[in-house]
Formats: sequence, structure tokens, C-alpha cells
Amino acid sequence: MKLCILFSGGKDSTYAAYLAKKHNHKLACLISIISENKDSFMFHTPSIELAKIQAAAMNLPIILQKTKGEKEIELKDLEKAIKIAKQKYKIQGIVTGAVASVYQASRIQKICDKLKLECFNPLWQKDQNEILEDLIKNKFNIIITQVAAYPLDKSWLGRKIDNTFIKEIKILSEKYKINPAGEGGEFESLVLNCPLFKRKLNIINKKIYGEGNSWKMEVDVE
Amino acid sequence: MILLVNICKEIFHELEFVRPIKDILMSRGIKFKIVHYKELKKIDIDNAKRIIICGTSIKDNNFLKNMKSFSWITGCNKPILGICGGMQIIGMSFRNTHLEKKKQIGMYGVDFEKEFFGLQGRVEVYELHSRYIIPNLKDFEIFAVKQCPQAIKHKTMPYYGVLFHPEVRNKTIIEEFCRL
Repeated sequence: MKLCILFSGGKDSTYAAYLAKKHNHKLACLISIISENKDSFMFHTPSIELAKIQAAAMNLPIILQKTKGEKEIELKDLEKAIKIAKQKYKIQGIVTGAVASVYQASRIQKICDKLKLECFNPLWQKDQNEILEDLIKNKFNIIITQVAAYPLDKSWLGRKIDNTFIKEIKILSEKYKINPAGEGGEFESLVLNCPLFKRKLNIINKKIYGEGNSWKMEVDVE
Repeated sequence: MILLVNICKEIFHELEFVRPIKDILMSRGIKFKIVHYKELKKIDIDNAKRIIICGTSIKDNNFLKNMKSFSWITGCNKPILGICGGMQIIGMSFRNTHLEKKKQIGMYGVDFEKEFFGLQGRVEVYELHSRYIIPNLKDFEIFAVKQCPQAIKHKTMPYYGVLFHPEVRNKTIIEEFCRL
């Protein structure tokens, strides 16, 4: 089946794409929603440049759809992008990295249903620690680019998701009830390399800003 | 051993509709076996203590074209829980059950008039279906309705069905079923 990935550049959507490919589906294109609303419940907003570079590393076309990020308008913008993917790349289904958010999953299901497309959520209801372990097992190189929950601080920016990270985040998730996979927006991630990439991405520049338990690292990659 | 019957046409959908139920069983240390309905053998049913017929994607109604593959249900007499498509299969295995079209996607508040696997009163459930059944009331009792029957039980056999997906927000249904 020709599938399109709702792609944020982070670990979940990239892993979902990897699983689609592993199940012998053809990855036809990516869609990234570039939202002006940084607090969107629907989309983890990647930078346009990063998403383009990641798509190029996977040798896949990408549809970049801008949205103001207002609650129901952003869904219309998503629908518009999916329609383009259907028309241009003849996709038969959508793949998402949804894990636990029924808000996100049900809205995408409704759009797919309206456009007569299959909707695949391969990480749906999966244990968050297990996702992190799978990513390491499958040689994903992922770094943390944003934190937004106590007790995570500036020192977590740029950290690689590895076994030490899993150990530490597990302890913090038990103590402070934060989601170990960042599902609640506790942290955001960026995939620098994975089995889908033809070449790994290198960070050439970074800018860190924030305060307290809310920090962001903007990176340039090549 | 619990037999998980997979009804997905697309193998990739198993990760969404079968794996979450497998994970619930695994985390409780319950033994299970997953078999696709087209590959189901008599020995699989004989060896099972209980059977869960899992759901599938909203676009996938392929299983309804293969109802002959489920002819074992009426004579099984072991506890069976049908989820979404699985509930449709259980209902359609009995005469005078009608299949109707209706889409429900997302969270819905469902009122359980009688206790159903520990659920009673208003319960939030996750729906994802394009069809539902109106079971014959000679054979089935309805426990909850929200625009259409949401939870049923056979009157004389240990067969249960839920139209919603308990693996998302109502895992206790699966746990309670495993304790039967």
C-alpha cells in the first residue's frame, strides 16, 4: 500500500514510518504541519528546514503545510495537505505516530475516513518505555531538543536517547509522574539518523534559550 | 491460555488492534496465543480457556464476507469477548441479528444500565466503527446503548460483545473477562 507519514521529525512519527516500511508498505511522501501555535494539541511543530533535510535524508518528497494552529482550522489545513498527497502521490493511507492521545488520533481518523483513506497508528497504546527501548534496539539516533516539565532542565538539551537516558527518565517518571516518552509534551526529540535515512545528519550550529524547566535548542543540521 | 483472534485484513493493523490487547495480557502475566481467523484450527479453540475476537480498522469490513470462518462460535460455549468487529461477528453468528451502518469515532459517554465487567453508570469509551449490530433480543441482552447497542451478553452462553475499544480507556473489561 502507498502510504503517507504525518511527520514531525521526532521519534514517534519517524519510528511509525520505519514500521510501515518494515511491513513492506511503500512510503510515498511525508506531510509536516508547520503551526504558528506552539501550544497546539494536534501537532509537534518541526522547523521547516529540519523537516526538509530529514525528508531528503530519507529520499522522500515532503508536503509542508502552514497553519495558524487555531483549533479546528488546523484540522482543515491538515485535510488540505492530505488531499494534496492523495492527488499527487496516489496514497492509499496515512501513518501517524499517535501513542495515547485520543484527541489527536480520532481527529486524524475522521479526516482519513472522509477522504476514504486507511489510517495506521502502529504505536497506538504502546508502553512508552518499550517505545524508547525499541528505538535504541533499531539504531535510532535521537536527541532531545526541547524540555517543558519539572524537573527537566537545560542540561537535558542535546542528550541522546540511550540506555542511560531511559534509566534516568524512568526514575523521574515514577517520582514526578512525567511521561517517559514525552507524550505529554514533557520533551521534544529530533531524529538525526535511523535505518530509513540514507545519510546521518550532523549538527553544525545550535542556539539554546529558555528558563527554569522550559528550554529549547534550535539546531542547524547538514 | 487466552486465544486472541485477529480479524485484520492488513497485517500492519495488528499493531493497533491486536498488540494493545496482547500487551494488557502480557503485563498481567496471562498466557495467550494470537491466530488470524483465516488460519484458526479446531485445536486452537480446544486449547483456549477464553477467546477474545479483536477489532480492526474502520475501513476494514472484510471479515463480514467470511462469516463461515466463524461457524465455530455458536457451538464453542467458552467465554468469548468480541471487540468492535468482534462484537459484530458474535451477533451475526446468531439468527435475526441485523447489521447496520453508523460511524462513531472518538470519545463518547455511554450509560451502562446494568453492571458490565465492573462498569456501571456513565462511562467514557473510545469508539471507532462504521457498523453496528442490533442483536436479536431472544438470544442477547443489551447492557448499554449510545445511539446503538454498545455492550451485549448472550443470555445462556458466556459470549460478550462491546462495540467500543476497551483496550484504549476501559482495560478493566479485558482484565475482568480474563478472570471469568
